[in-house]
Amino acid sequence: MAKLLQVNHLRTTFATSTGLVRAVDGVSWDVEEGETVALVGESGCGKSVSALSIMRLIAPPAGRIESGEIFFKGRDLLRLSDEEMREVRGSEIAMVFQEPMTSLNPVLTVGRQLTEGMEIHYRTQPAAARARALKLLEMVGISDPERRLPQYPHHFSGGMRQRIMIAMALACNPQLILADEPTTALDVTIQAQILELMRNLSRELGVAMLIITHNLGVVARYADRVNVMYAGRIIEQATAAELYANPRHPYTLGLLHSVPRLDEPRRARLDPIEGQPPDLTRLPPGCAFQPRCKYRVERCVEAPPLVPLDAAGHCAACWEAANIASASRVTA
Amino acid sequence: MAVIPQTVDALTSATEPREGWRAAVGDFILQRPLGAAGAAIILLMVALAASADVLAPFDPLTTDYGAMLSAPGPGHWLGTDAFGRDVLSRIVYGSRTALMVGLGASLIGAVFGALIGVGSAYFGGRVDLVVQRVMDVFFAFPVIILALAVVAILGTGVGNVILAIATPMVPRCARVVRASALAVRETPYVDAARAAGFGHGRIILRHMLPNVMAPLLIMATAFLGEAILLESSLSFLGLGVQEPTAAWGLMLRGAAVEFAESAPWMAFFPGLAISLAVFGFNLFGDSLRDALDPRLRTQ
Repeated sequence: MAKLLQVNHLRTTFATSTGLVRAVDGVSWDVEEGETVALVGESGCGKSVSALSIMRLIAPPAGRIESGEIFFKGRDLLRLSDEEMREVRGSEIAMVFQEPMTSLNPVLTVGRQLTEGMEIHYRTQPAAARARALKLLEMVGISDPERRLPQYPHHFSGGMRQRIMIAMALACNPQLILADEPTTALDVTIQAQILELMRNLSRELGVAMLIITHNLGVVARYADRVNVMYAGRIIEQATAAELYANPRHPYTLGLLHSVPRLDEPRRARLDPIEGQPPDLTRLPPGCAFQPRCKYRVERCVEAPPLVPLDAAGHCAACWEAANIASASRVTA
Repeated sequence: MAVIPQTVDALTSATEPREGWRAAVGDFILQRPLGAAGAAIILLMVALAASADVLAPFDPLTTDYGAMLSAPGPGHWLGTDAFGRDVLSRIVYGSRTALMVGLGASLIGAVFGALIGVGSAYFGGRVDLVVQRVMDVFFAFPVIILALAVVAILGTGVGNVILAIATPMVPRCARVVRASALAVRETPYVDAARAAGFGHGRIILRHMLPNVMAPLLIMATAFLGEAILLESSLSFLGLGVQEPTAAWGLMLRGAAVEFAESAPWMAFFPGLAISLAVFGFNLFGDSLRDALDPRLRTQ
């Protein structure tokens, strides 16, 4: 399959009063056509900033994409003019936000918000746009769309609003949807419904998805490939199945161990990762995870590169990756 | 079979809050009698202005030297001025000037103020800084001084007076709107609009402006009363509407000052009209603010 999105050495920084923050520090990853890729990590590790960088919605003057390339269908998005980039947004790459309660404009009807993008990007006639909006609402599982179209966002529940956000994202037939924590603000049962819906739609329509989440359960069920981020860098890259079976970075291992499991005795102690994520203005030398790492060796003061470990494309940025592989098998 | 849906319908219609403007107006009158009184004064003024040709007993410009300075009585209910013009008729016609200037100035002030305020908040950064400093310069002058300066540049006349009164209103409106727009700017739906590929103009006009309408509406209503007062002040100073046009502020100057002791009705009734109008707009504006403020809204 062809690469739909290819991010190369992307570096996004924010100038703050306490110093320059490298929110995203030279990351490279890609999304193939129709594929679902996950960006996983704790709050503040640079997941959302990565997505906003792709959309070129980093707020200047504090935020800046310092270097790197973002190839989308062969074009470098960072070299497009503002006008060209505006054409890409919404029509080729769409975004679903975290907060369904506030991501819809309270003073515009749902119908208006669904049709606006089509009318802007494709000059769709209002009647045709309305017909498509009805179909979209049906697709995302909202019953009685005729009656729902002229209603305002406050008439809808959180889960329904997220469905509407997904319908809005699909309105212009994008090839890629960036979903930034799409289910974090929802109830657990609704989360599953929304994720199922997104997976089914992405398969049916062949839309690629980037799911940004801190929820490893989401990743396991819905992603094809996973990028684990820590302190602005990608520290492990693998297919979802491989990552679970065979984590090679101590941080990934820690994340997996810190999630409660239903198949273990209830008394079993959770194994949290000790310490706090580092302050991005004062990163430790070398590997950013080393102060918290159980497998630390002397060499960790040198930053480990993200290197492939096998032919299947499993990569990890750890000097001890080979030793951890055996360790994780033992504990599993 | 058909009974169940009917009951459900009956239930929902009984529990759903009343909707539509009729209910909204009814609630407003019941909950805010003072605001309703203000609205009544405004409506009276609008009715006077609209049907001045029918209501006014005399032509406001016709001089009657036989009835100069006559006291209020059966012929001239509110008396006549130094030229024998009927005071009541001039007040009735003066409401036109007052409303025209008030509406015109607050409309222009609100439109430009809103655009500048929302634009400034949306673009932020350096644009915001520069725009706000320019607004500060305007703020440094008292309202009447700024209006006087504009009249001094443009000259007198109804159109210029409207512009003169709108000028000091623009920065004040812009500041209030900017404060609300800054909060709107940070909402996810504005980010979502940007992510959907909408242009700056569309986001400002279609997505942000409707969300700051409540404070804007309140400002505009409050301006109306103030604009009427300002128009009267300018006319009183001789820099507003010019004779012989009927305007309330104009009726207070000249002969009205000269004959203040012997013919007090010349100044008293137009003064009363000004006070009443400003009072009405302020009452209404205050109640409107309370009614639109969700924090003060009662169940």
